[in-house]
Parts: sequence; C-alpha cells; structure tokens
Amino acid sequence: MINQLNPLAPSRRELLLEGAHDGIPIALGYIVVGFTLGIAARNAGFTPFMGFITSFFNNASAGEYAAFVLASSDASYIEMAIMTLIANARYLLMACVISQRLAPDASLLQRVLIGFDLTDEIFGITAARYVTRAVEPAYVYGAMLVALPAWSGGTAMGVIAGSILPPYLVSALSVALYGMFIAIIIPPSKKDHIVGIFVLLSFGASFFAAHLPYIMTLSSGTRTIILTVVLSSAAAILFPIKDDNQQSDENKGIDTVTDADREMEARRP
Amino acid sequence: MTHDIYMYIAVMSAVTLAIRILPLTLIRRQVKSQFLRSFLYYVPYVTLAVMTFPAIIEATHVPAAGAVALFFGIALAWFGASLFQVAVTCCVAVFIVECLM
Repeated sequence: MINQLNPLAPSRRELLLEGAHDGIPIALGYIVVGFTLGIAARNAGFTPFMGFITSFFNNASAGEYAAFVLASSDASYIEMAIMTLIANARYLLMACVISQRLAPDASLLQRVLIGFDLTDEIFGITAARYVTRAVEPAYVYGAMLVALPAWSGGTAMGVIAGSILPPYLVSALSVALYGMFIAIIIPPSKKDHIVGIFVLLSFGASFFAAHLPYIMTLSSGTRTIILTVVLSSAAAILFPIKDDNQQSDENKGIDTVTDADREMEARRP
Repeated sequence: MTHDIYMYIAVMSAVTLAIRILPLTLIRRQVKSQFLRSFLYYVPYVTLAVMTFPAIIEATHVPAAGAVALFFGIALAWFGASLFQVAVTCCVAVFIVECLM
C-alpha cells in the first residue's frame, strides 16, 4: 500500500535486508542470552531440541528462565501458566503500542507474524523506526529472521555445551542488547526534552526500585511493568502529545508517508 | 518428574504467544483518547530505559565495566552513531575495562 503511494519507497526486499541488518546486533546478544538459557534448560532436564522449540516459541529471557526453574521443581501446569503470564506481561503493553502503528488494513497474518516474535529488542527497533508512519511488516520479518534462529540455536547449543564460553566473552557480549537500547532511546531524548527527562527519571526510578525494600523483592519483569505504567502515565498526564494534523487527522490516516517523514526517519539509526 | 516437558513447553508458549498476538489482532482501530495516545507514545522510551539501568552494570563481572559501557554508549548515540556501532562499542568497552582490572 505504502509502495503504491510513494514511488521512492523501498521494496519489500530492501526492507527485509534493512531489518536483517538491524537484526545483527540483536542476534549477537541473543546467541549469548540463548546460551545461558540453555544451561538453565539443561539443568531442568530439557534436550537440545526441547530447548530449541521453547526458545523458538517464547523468545523471552526472564519468562523462559522462570519456566526452566519451575520445570526443574516439577511445578503444576497452572503455576507454569501464571508465572509465564507475569514474567511476560510487559509484551502486552508493547503489542498495544505496535497495534497503533500498524496500517489499519494490515492483514491477520501480518499481525500474527509481527506479534510472534515481538521481543524487547525487536519492539525497540520497530517503535524507534516507525513513529509517525505505519510499520512495514517486511522490515520486522527481516529482523526476526536473523534474531530468532540466533536465540533458539543459542539455547540448543547451551543445552549441549553447557558453560563452555569463556566468562570474559559472556560478560562483554552480554551488554550488546543494552547498547542497542541506548542507541534507541538517546537520539529521541536529544530531540524531545520531555522524552529525555523521562529517560533519566526511568534510569533513576529503576535504580531505586532495585534497591528499595519490598519493591526489590518483586521480579524484574514486574518492576518493569509497574515503573513503565507509572512513569508513562505521568508523562502522558503532564505532557500530552499534541494532536497535530499529521498524527490525528483520521482522513489522512497513519499510512500516508510524506517525503519529509521519510527523510526524518532515514536519519534515525 | 511427573509432568511432561512438552506440556510445559506448550503451556508457556501458548501464554506468551497470546500476550504478544492478541493486542495486535484485537485492537484494529486508532485509539482516540489523548491520554492513551500519549501513554503509548512514551511507553517505548520509558520501558527500554527502565530495562537498561541498572541492569547494564549488573550484567558484567565488574560493575565499573558496565558503567563505562553505559557512558560511551550514551555519548556515541548522542552524536548519531548507529545501533550496531553503539552495541559493538559497549561490548568492546566492557572487554577492555575487564582486561585492565
């Protein structure tokens, strides 16, 4: 649809490659995280194949880790379901954000496929790239195609090889994903001071939440949800985004792309 | 072990996929409420920031290494480095600091 409207728009193939390119740093981090998850899976009695499919269908570090621990303690299926729900609830918020950035006529299949691998990182690059225009599914697929095999394969290797990676390498590679998060949140912070202030507030609040009595006993997933809801609500109440013509005009719709939009997006990393 | 591992995998996968896919398939209209629109606008930045710090200094063997990576990551991103460049710089910073200490 977008391609028809704008002859300068990249083809699906180009988008796929761009997504794959942005997926490389994600994949690097995922191999390492997958590997460490594999070690936990091995302790829970999982085979490499079981580890692979768990990671393929879940692709969620905290959720999988919690599940492996529960499985090794022979928990009930209900406990497993509730634990997964709590550990992964933040994806509900992320999926709501992306739902607002899809073209209204996005097909059911596109919606299911985009949701299938909506991880923190893929959500991050997608939300950063498509702020005012509609998400191009091919870009997301490109990132998924690189990231998901790295995660699942890493898990299978972790089950097989255990702790074979030298610790200094694990330590260095483990910050790749945080580096990506930084690259996503800093440029908008520079442009929009409200965003910048709330990024700093989030750093501070997250630090205190990790050290305050009671709150620190909550899982990091639960803390993430509480802080996200509280801080984003505060920002939305204090600094509501202006409904300028480009964003709110229903007749124009979200899938209208101007050259200025594209130029702006192109400058984003 | 009395529980089947494949049932465990089926249960957790069903829950995770439902969380991720249902909002995308059920919410098909643009939200009208200015509060919700603003809320969803801020969520990505807030949630990624919350997940980054202090986690980055807890992920490395030496907390200082994570702190140095955070500093250089922010500096590079501020001056327009790409996603890949920032991620690699953070890894290299940790590697160097942990070699030195």
